Amino acid sequence: MSNWDTVIGLEVHVQLATKTKIFSGASTAFGAEPNTQACAIDLAMPGTLPVLNKQAVHYAVMFGLAIDAEIGKESAFERKNYFYPDLPKGYQTTQLEKPIVGRGNVEIELADGRKKTIRIHHAHLEEDAGKSLHEGDFRHGVSGIDLNRAGTPLIEIVSEPDMNNAEEAIAFAKKLHSIVTSIGICDGEMSQGSMRFDVNVSVKPSGSDTLGTRTETKNLNSFKFMEECIAKEVERQIDLIEDGGTVLQETRLYNGDTKVARSMRSKEEANDYRYFPCPDLLPVIVSDETIEELRRNLPELPDARQARFVEQYSLSDYDAGILSSDAAMANYFETAAEKSGNAKLAANWTMGELAARLNNEDLSIANSPVSAEQLAGLIVRIADNSISGKMAKQVFEGIWAGEGSADEIIDARGLKQVSDSGALEQMVADVLAANQAMVEDYINTDEAKRKKKLGGFMGQIMKASKGQANPQQVNQILAKKLNELL
Amino acid sequence: MSIERHEIEKLATLARIAIDDSTINEVSERLGSVLELVDQLQAADTSGIDAMSHPMQATQRLREDEVTELNQREALQATSPDTEDGLFLVPKVIE
Amino acid sequence: MHNLTIAELIRGLQSKEFTSVELTQHFLDRIGSLNPAYNAVITVTAEQALKAAAAADQRLAAGNAPALCGVPMLHKDIFCTNGVRTSCGSKMLDNFIPPYNATVVENFEAAGAVVLGKTNMDEFAMGSSNETSFYGPVQNPWDTDCVPGGSSGGSAAAVAARLAPGATATDTGGSIRQPAALCGITGLKPTYGRVSRWGMIAFASSLDQGGPMARTAEDCAIMLSCMASFDDKDSTCIDREVPDYSATLGQDIKGLRIGVPSEYFSEGLDPGTEKAVRAALAELEAQGAELVEISLPNTGLSVPAYYVIAPAEASANLSRFDGVKYGYRCEDPKDLQDLYTRTRAEGFGEEVQRRILIGTYCLSAGYYDAYYGKAQQVRQLIQQDFEKAFASVDVIMGPTCPSPAFKFGSKGDDPVAMYLEDIYTIATNLAGLPGMSVPCGMVDNKPVGLQIIGNYFDEARMLNVAHQYQQVTDWHSAAPEGIL
Repeated sequence: MSNWDTVIGLEVHVQLATKTKIFSGASTAFGAEPNTQACAIDLAMPGTLPVLNKQAVHYAVMFGLAIDAEIGKESAFERKNYFYPDLPKGYQTTQLEKPIVGRGNVEIELADGRKKTIRIHHAHLEEDAGKSLHEGDFRHGVSGIDLNRAGTPLIEIVSEPDMNNAEEAIAFAKKLHSIVTSIGICDGEMSQGSMRFDVNVSVKPSGSDTLGTRTETKNLNSFKFMEECIAKEVERQIDLIEDGGTVLQETRLYNGDTKVARSMRSKEEANDYRYFPCPDLLPVIVSDETIEELRRNLPELPDARQARFVEQYSLSDYDAGILSSDAAMANYFETAAEKSGNAKLAANWTMGELAARLNNEDLSIANSPVSAEQLAGLIVRIADNSISGKMAKQVFEGIWAGEGSADEIIDARGLKQVSDSGALEQMVADVLAANQAMVEDYINTDEAKRKKKLGGFMGQIMKASKGQANPQQVNQILAKKLNELL
Repeated sequence: MSIERHEIEKLATLARIAIDDSTINEVSERLGSVLELVDQLQAADTSGIDAMSHPMQATQRLREDEVTELNQREALQATSPDTEDGLFLVPKVIE
Repeated sequence: MHNLTIAELIRGLQSKEFTSVELTQHFLDRIGSLNPAYNAVITVTAEQALKAAAAADQRLAAGNAPALCGVPMLHKDIFCTNGVRTSCGSKMLDNFIPPYNATVVENFEAAGAVVLGKTNMDEFAMGSSNETSFYGPVQNPWDTDCVPGGSSGGSAAAVAARLAPGATATDTGGSIRQPAALCGITGLKPTYGRVSRWGMIAFASSLDQGGPMARTAEDCAIMLSCMASFDDKDSTCIDREVPDYSATLGQDIKGLRIGVPSEYFSEGLDPGTEKAVRAALAELEAQGAELVEISLPNTGLSVPAYYVIAPAEASANLSRFDGVKYGYRCEDPKDLQDLYTRTRAEGFGEEVQRRILIGTYCLSAGYYDAYYGKAQQVRQLIQQDFEKAFASVDVIMGPTCPSPAFKFGSKGDDPVAMYLEDIYTIATNLAGLPGMSVPCGMVDNKPVGLQIIGNYFDEARMLNVAHQYQQVTDWHSAAPEGIL
């Protein structure tokens, strides 16, 4: 039992899935050539002015509705002043005094089934910065600045320090991911930086009411890195204090590739951001009508979907939880279940083979080479016993490799399972006839040990059938025929 | 009213303006004179008065989420101090 | 031709008394010969101007000419002009050529105006004397030892010297009205939000407003009708129909209630200026207007409030000039911080640096409430003063500035002496109200301006009052010696 309590709060940056920037009509599409999606406004060219994107406002309100938060019917933008090459105006336009989303709650479920509510302090709209590139063919000692990302709309979600260990923090982070992808306000592509987490960690003696000094580790973009980072940071802080040191309030960076964390700047070096109301933008009013309309059209939330999956598809709570946590996965599962008419198999395959394969290849379900329709086709053939489980995996690989639908692959590879009992009976009879010695051995073996000998016959039969014999049927026929010989 | 040297240095750092050591006293004196002027504000009775950020009682218009700005990189970088392969170049950024 | 007003030039062009090419060439010649003495114009776009003039002549011949077709104009160098250097009077933007137009520039282009070039100005519009320009000071055509006022000193001097019949300008704390007064011309700062700020390089975004400068109120009306527009690229631009300001110039002013604030005639006002302004008020009274003594008790606080709010906004607005994307960059920066601090120390002049530092100070931790917060509250008080006043009067009048044009360097080293030059003009910017300056007399052969402050969006009434005044006086047609 540790003598220390851990306290964790998260600040989560969520890129909104708008077509254009928060203050300009330039595209937000990922992966364009450098600075081809940075217009005059994004570059802070002299005389340019911001105009707010309606969709960004609506997405932020939708998030507020999803976490049952107070909606800021009048919100306002401030300027946060600091110099950085990826910040073209020399200030970030953000919200401080009057954020668009106020207090709300997010419920998380832990591995032991325990539920916990994490309070949201607020969520505000702001613009993303560009990127500094340090690698490339530049001259020595030079960085390249790409401002394509500058001005991409974000909501920053600020939690209360309600989490006490990495598991809770990860569960909360995943739940937020699940919510924002379910309501369609974020594509959830962590590898593209669509969601980034700042983790505030402090430790205090067990049971103490006084919070310890916290550090903030910025810009984590994977759940795995977050978990590693929290574990390391908690350990570092406890070691430090137990060795008589003190934790400094500082901003830290964690490198997920090298697994090394380091200090970025201390509080003393912290910027004085000189926030003040942005004079180029006016108060943002969200009407009750707009709020109600967005509420009416709000897509299904993960918790509601989980309950529905249990009800509609007779899934276990656990399976329904996994499948409903990710909007893309949930949609995939539902399509596969409906097209195949077999929810149980659809669930097993989506969470099992497919998820594992995607994970291995580092692919998101949206980019899965096997479509939900194709998986449904495979499931139909498993369910009607056309193919065995083992064959199904081969077929799945075939679909993954782009060889066509399940039926096409079954035909092309001649994988159809033989379930015709006449043919199977003949096959078994042939094998027994050809292997008299094995049959003798079987008969002479003690009854208790005979079962073990069946495997040898099975192997011969499957070999003779080129793996296409239905194993359950073969088993029955074999047992019956051998018993007749006793 | 004058303003302390370390304060001037802090302001210069925040504003990213290099101030030559030889002119710092002069800068301090002139800033002090302006601050004396603006300090007249302290005499105003503003209890119960709201802050006013905008002269007009208008509210923010919202733009439709449609792409209106296409790639203009060449034109926008025509007078840039230093670019390469479409990137703006700066002395190495250290995080 | 250069003594004709814009109204007269439009009639002359339409009746084919002269062509736009002739007119344009005439003004280009005048700029060529006279501008070296005044330094009012810093960029001449002769080739484009003549091309535009030829096109205008074709449209005039075809009979489908828009309002200002073929009329030559100058733009203050704060308005972005596509393909033409836009410096804002700063070394920082000496090499900056925007690939876009300000909405104001677009509006004049659509109205068929011919752009002769860009006018000199105080650096980033920060100044009241035009002495802070990277391109050197502008000389006042009435007395070349004197300043033309600022920040739109180049536009004012150019119009006074008849280098153009009209010019665009901007006003953040008096930058249209004060130089208009000092150069003996008519200038109007519209209601905040009346003219688009898109492409107008920002000084203090909640105060900046573009407006016209010309010799007469009638010309300002013609120009404003074209300059004002609703622009969805500027969130602070107000969606409100633009009236034809020329159409309402003929109304008599009987019964007009003119508020005369006692605070505008107090200590510090030059006696000659006061006399001229009082005489103008008497003239308006003679035409049937009624003078009403009023009080704007917080006038004295407007200068301190302004010198918190404007520098605070400017300190952020000018952060974009960092040597990364456009504009000046220092030589051989040794690292990123060196790039920033040296670019900004070398690229900005002293006054601009000072205001950035003041703004930074007023916003910094521990000072925000005492300075910025307080100034925003005082701003509210100032607006309330006007609100009360306009409950009982139609317009407010007084001097535009405390004294006529002063000599170069005469305000000394203390920036505050210069800041007090705007004591009568600043409050209207804080409140967002429209204000104009109309020539109303001379002191020592230097012009004096009468300031007219209107209620929100009451430009038509202000222009009519000024026009009526100009029907019975001729201060607006006086020309500096050697100009005619």
